Amino acid sequence: MLSPAESDALFLSLSVAARSVAFNLPFAVLVAWLLTRTRFAGRTLFDAFVHLPLVLPPVVVGYLLLLLFGVRGPIGGWLYDSFGIQLAFTSTGAALATAVMSFPLVVRSIRISLEALDRGLDDAARTLGAGPVDRFFSITLPLITPGILAGAVTAFAAGLGEFGAVITFASNIPGETRTLPLALYTALQTPDGDAMAARLALISFSLGLAGLLVAEYLARRVRRMIGRREAGA
Amino acid sequence: MLHIQLRKQRGDFTLDVDFVAPVPGVTALFGRSGCGKSTLIALIAGLLSPDAGRVQIGDDTLLDTSRGLEVDTRHRRVGVVFQDARLFPHLSVLGNLQYGAKRVARGNAAPIGFDDVMSLLGLGGLTARRPHELSGGEKQRVALGRALLAQPRLLLLDEPLASLDQARREELLPYFEKLRDAFAIPIVYVSHQFDEVLRLATRVVLLDAGRVHADGDIATVSRHPVLRAIVGPDAVGAVMSGVVERSDDAGLTVIRVGDAELVVDEPAPAGQRIQIQVLARDVIVAAARPSGLSVRNSVAARVVSVAPDVGRTVLVELDIGRTSVLLARITARASQELGLAPDKQVWVLIKAVSLRGHVFNAPAR
Repeated sequence: MLSPAESDALFLSLSVAARSVAFNLPFAVLVAWLLTRTRFAGRTLFDAFVHLPLVLPPVVVGYLLLLLFGVRGPIGGWLYDSFGIQLAFTSTGAALATAVMSFPLVVRSIRISLEALDRGLDDAARTLGAGPVDRFFSITLPLITPGILAGAVTAFAAGLGEFGAVITFASNIPGETRTLPLALYTALQTPDGDAMAARLALISFSLGLAGLLVAEYLARRVRRMIGRREAGA
Repeated sequence: MLHIQLRKQRGDFTLDVDFVAPVPGVTALFGRSGCGKSTLIALIAGLLSPDAGRVQIGDDTLLDTSRGLEVDTRHRRVGVVFQDARLFPHLSVLGNLQYGAKRVARGNAAPIGFDDVMSLLGLGGLTARRPHELSGGEKQRVALGRALLAQPRLLLLDEPLASLDQARREELLPYFEKLRDAFAIPIVYVSHQFDEVLRLATRVVLLDAGRVHADGDIATVSRHPVLRAIVGPDAVGAVMSGVVERSDDAGLTVIRVGDAELVVDEPAPAGQRIQIQVLARDVIVAAARPSGLSVRNSVAARVVSVAPDVGRTVLVELDIGRTSVLLARITARASQELGLAPDKQVWVLIKAVSLRGHVFNAPAR
């Protein structure tokens, strides 16, 4: 049904999107927590910085990543020299570029959950003898799970379609960084590629729809699992 | 002895309190909304830092700003039951109950047993439920159990009944009475409902605009002008504590208050301590002992003072012996006709059905 090139692009897209979510989550929880629970100098600037990928052209993000994480960049060079890890022009690099692009979405989703959380529960846990780390894992984290999951699913779905940052930082290498949108773009550039482009577009469409349905299903399951949020504060 | 001395400025509101409370025993913090009760609770629990102060339970000092000592909330072992219960929504009732119990420091005594709490608060059938499946009253019972199982040395109840309707409050109050009588934990009970205070507490700290106006036994504080202003003229009434003597042949309960015997329509076992409030508007003052009336209680009394009250009424303080004092609100005209003045001997008439007694399950002192 699918040509090898098409199924390569499909599985590569799924893998890149999944890895981008894995990169994202720990940092996004940390950043969302810092932005809601702490006050520090330069917080507003930090907040704006986190949201930059939303407003910058993806090509700019890809270019900045290339400067930082390229084999001769300050971080990329160190990674390459010390561990032999190369990010630019690899599928891991594609996942990194995708992660940076969707990072603000995940932070935002987790942050909304954190802000909606009744701080009184934290106080109650304190009076019951729980320390700060204990409270984070026993109270805060379980209660923001819906936000984390929603963020993860959104980031995954958005990650399937990341184009500009990926092609700039990781290039368009078949089987390595040619994800669905890149394959679609390539097909459009090729004579007789129309049928392939149409099939890839259909796959993207189906994936997006499935992603949204899964997100809704998960949100319902989790709401039932942790119990309805109590009204008021 | 529980000694609390705290000062905290918030905007143009200053909380500045200093009082002692018996251990064990129930001390009510009484005042209208916004008088600083909840701030005080947060300060005692350590959820808020004071500008200056000291909190001491027996020999344990939890806070002493003069020595730079401030024990963290989680090590204070001060249990709090909040007005809104604050059960953890992602945990079952059992999970909530065990939350504090699991965090009791090893080596600390755990005198409050799980089974005792479950049976005292009637939680047996609820353990598998989620907080959102509980009624308001059930939530508060679970919150109370959760606080108890963390083995507190002091229990703070912050208007635990305020978010409940009258029927639920009536349902929950007996649990607080049982709690008071079952465990030897000092309890600070915050309320702006005097009937709750009357049922549960023997000592009252009267708080208004961030200051303690009176601090003492409920009988004395119940006659305080600030308290009278808070509860309103129709709810003004002296609280007296008495001892249940016997049941009379008509099934009414005879109690001894001061030198007088009063009859109340409230079953109570002999020998128990009983706290009753006599509303000032329910008291009739007579110049001579009347006869041929339905009134069950007629008591000899001495006028202590006569003071103008709201409208065209006066408030009369009446001594019925052994420091027991009643309040009566009558019209100024009636007071003039009876010639009421300090030291005048009169008779006080109180209908048995207008008295409500609250039994404390502890032998009278």
